[in-house]
Amino acid sequence: MALTAEQSGRLAGLLREHGERITLRWTEIVAAQMRGRLSHAELLRQVQDLHRIMIAFGDQGLVDLADEGGGELRAELAELSRGRARQGLSATETAISVFALKDVLLETLEVAGGTEALRDYVAYSALIDQMGLFTFESYVRTRESLIADQAEQLLELSTPVVKLWEGVVAVPLVGTLDSARAQVVMERLLQTLVDTGSPYAIIDITGVPAVDTQVAQHILKTVVAARLMGADCIISGIRPQIAQTIVALGIEFGDIATKASLADALRHVLRSTGVEMGRRARRGQ
Amino acid sequence: MERVPILKIGSILLVSIQVDMSDQTAVQLQEDLAERIVATGAHGVLIDITALDIVDSFVGRMLSTIASISKVLDAETVVVGMRPAVAITLVELGLSLNGIRTALNVERGMELIAAARDDDQDLDEDEDDAGPDGGPATETTASR
Repeated sequence: MALTAEQSGRLAGLLREHGERITLRWTEIVAAQMRGRLSHAELLRQVQDLHRIMIAFGDQGLVDLADEGGGELRAELAELSRGRARQGLSATETAISVFALKDVLLETLEVAGGTEALRDYVAYSALIDQMGLFTFESYVRTRESLIADQAEQLLELSTPVVKLWEGVVAVPLVGTLDSARAQVVMERLLQTLVDTGSPYAIIDITGVPAVDTQVAQHILKTVVAARLMGADCIISGIRPQIAQTIVALGIEFGDIATKASLADALRHVLRSTGVEMGRRARRGQ
Repeated sequence: MERVPILKIGSILLVSIQVDMSDQTAVQLQEDLAERIVATGAHGVLIDITALDIVDSFVGRMLSTIASISKVLDAETVVVGMRPAVAITLVELGLSLNGIRTALNVERGMELIAAARDDDQDLDEDEDDAGPDGGPATETTASR
């Protein structure tokens, strides 16, 4: 049963009349759920803010949270759930901050009694349900953005490109390589090649738990892209098990150099640059 | 119509592509370059594509054609300065620019051409050492 403008006004009156008692009782119920993780004073302040805004909402005779005039109430609820989400509180603990009002209103209306009071209570409940759902949605949104931020940070943390030697950079890959990460690794590596002018890159897959066809595809693409830019790639850190998997899957690395360890790869690079120098020296004689 | 300038540095010709390539520009560049290689006797061609945001199959084919033309005229072609984004796009498209040598920047490209020339000279010296008859030497040169 939806709220009418008249009922909305009555709700504001009720909230104003029993203001002190309602906020205290409301805070009490919420505090019981929080088990001391938020201070009583802070909860009281939040409840009082919400209480004040709800009176303003009722005074305007608004009946729906989505109404144009409900902006302030929505902002307050969003702010509340954002705070709860960031403090790591659960969804129930966030929703109870709003739903506790139902209990308080019931206690208040019970005194008056009668069908009229019951009808009012059901209508008020509808509004509070709306508020609860809105709070929950804001909570989920905040949590999702937190997770997205963390995923991005993880992506940045897990793909360093290090300089091993003059003209040699290495990417130690750690963790599972999915398409998104492979893309980041590829971009990061190629950009580093340009920035440092290194003609050699070593991709170390010691930390990659499993190599399937898709991961191999990503690595091959990176190598081909690096070649297009004029840099040579060497794949190192292939564990015995992975070597067996690669062969079993029939993955062909073609003419791309593969080495068992990073040290071997670096030696290979140094030798290939060193041989050229050696030849030049001989010519000079 | 825009023309791509061709600069001569020592025995190397440097082509820096700064404009969007159209059919006409590409054809003009191929003609100009062939003429310049013959006129200067250059042994290397550096094509700098640092300024190109997009390399599609058209530009890719143009690069291949230039490389082939230069090869016929005994000049080594090296494409330099390909951007990471361009390289990724080419890989995703499956274009691998076969037969074109690449280097990270102009400096590396010049080193690469110099190294290729050195190899040639090495071979010449080896051929001289090989013997007075010159039979196998001619064969080697022909096959290259």
